[in-house]
Amino acid sequence: MRGRAPRSRLALAGAAVGGAVLVLPVVGLAWRAPWGALASDLTTPAARTALRLSLVCSGWATVITVATGVPLAWVLARVAFPGRRVVRALVLVPLVLPPVVGGVGLLLAFGRRGLVGRYLSDWFSVSLPFSTAGAALAEAFVALPFLVLTAEAAFRGADRGLEEAARTLGASPWRVFRQVTLPATWPTLAAGVALAWARALGEFGATITFAGNAPGRTTTIPLQVYLLLQSGELDSAIALSLVLLAVSVAVLAGLRQRWLGAL
Amino acid sequence: MSRRGPGLALGLALAVTGVACGGGSGPGPLGAPAGSITVLAAASLTEAFTALGRDFEARHPGASVRFGFAGSATLARQLEAGAPADVFASADEQTMARAAAAGVVGEARIMARNRLALVVEAGNPRGIATLADLADPGVVLVLCAPQVPCGRLGAAALARAGVAIQPASLEDDVKAVVAKVALGEADAGIAYATDVGAAGPAVEGVDVGVVDDPDLEAVYPVAVASAAANPALAVAWIDFVLSDAGQARLRELGFLPA
Repeated sequence: MRGRAPRSRLALAGAAVGGAVLVLPVVGLAWRAPWGALASDLTTPAARTALRLSLVCSGWATVITVATGVPLAWVLARVAFPGRRVVRALVLVPLVLPPVVGGVGLLLAFGRRGLVGRYLSDWFSVSLPFSTAGAALAEAFVALPFLVLTAEAAFRGADRGLEEAARTLGASPWRVFRQVTLPATWPTLAAGVALAWARALGEFGATITFAGNAPGRTTTIPLQVYLLLQSGELDSAIALSLVLLAVSVAVLAGLRQRWLGAL
Repeated sequence: MSRRGPGLALGLALAVTGVACGGGSGPGPLGAPAGSITVLAAASLTEAFTALGRDFEARHPGASVRFGFAGSATLARQLEAGAPADVFASADEQTMARAAAAGVVGEARIMARNRLALVVEAGNPRGIATLADLADPGVVLVLCAPQVPCGRLGAAALARAGVAIQPASLEDDVKAVVAKVALGEADAGIAYATDVGAAGPAVEGVDVGVVDDPDLEAVYPVAVASAAANPALAVAWIDFVLSDAGQARLRELGFLPA
């Protein structure tokens, strides 16, 4: 009992410093933001192009993520196969890999001379680097773990008894998924989709490495922020950063309960 | 085993961090420049300054030079934001002038010049011989972004040659341009002659005739940072780069004399 008070004080001090490290950069952006010129900074042609492109790329990235991540999560949750733990670990790789390294990997896999990309190029004349599709793919690569983690937890938490009952009553696996699993898990799935979309929206390293920087095609908001900083246009950079910040905060505030519940 | 896994991983992370951050510099003999300095330099100086750093440290035992290489504009921003550095070398006078106006560097001296080069894959499979060949719709061209010196010079060279093209990408720094060509993702790029030489056998340069134009030369100023922690060693470094030995090394790596 006697030792508890100092220990909790230590914990409080650590927590305060940790909280400050997390919150102060956000406060810094708000403090230095050009509030008066925000509207004009966000409506320059370059900013509008970047905003529109970011919506397009992150939208497609989310489509790719859902189309591949939900089945992947379902397989990891429901199908016992050798090496499942290895696959589950591999899914997490983009979370800890530097995005730039992910971008190099994407080039070596899907680039014009890449493992798979050479066939895309030779057979279909499809070239992903320097294209909007490439930017969407890079964003999907980093966003996928967010959806798979959340969706797998949702599928594991779902009531297997109900699914088995539906199966015994003659429902096909797809019908069971659609009418039993999905209605029971969709709030958590939606949380995963929203998180993946927010991550895709903020993606920088893999995008600039794999898709390059081409205004109107691959220059999304994060790339535009970086270029504005390079040319010394701090105010415009902060204005665009605030857009990303507002989206992140909105997504997290909306999903607080789901995210905590899912993990 | 699985219980020990997390502990082992944590231990490994701490060990790696400890080794990486352990460095530190001992004091050198009295009177000689000693200690360590951090030099922020344009990406195109990577090979040259790394080699000059070895020469310098061999001459001055007890002195150590650390480098940060990136696009000149990025480095200028870092200096303005208070990044600890002793020396700044940019690939154009414009960026240096901006840093000087912000009060983060002292008086600059020109230390070298560099020429543009058209970089293509080894063997030049697309048969690119002139800047006009870049306008072929099948050619994937990458340039530096207009925010960095090589982007401004490259755009000027194309404008002067009357070539209007849509580059596939405007890369963050000159090394990224060469890397995209070396990886085969781009057919051609505009970089500096020294970068083509430093990139190895995957790429080669094409003489496109703009290289003799003095207006299209990159100029490299170098200056002591106002917030230098070790100004004596910073001055010694700049003196060394401008010395006969330093200039000879720069010429050897393809730079033009200041």
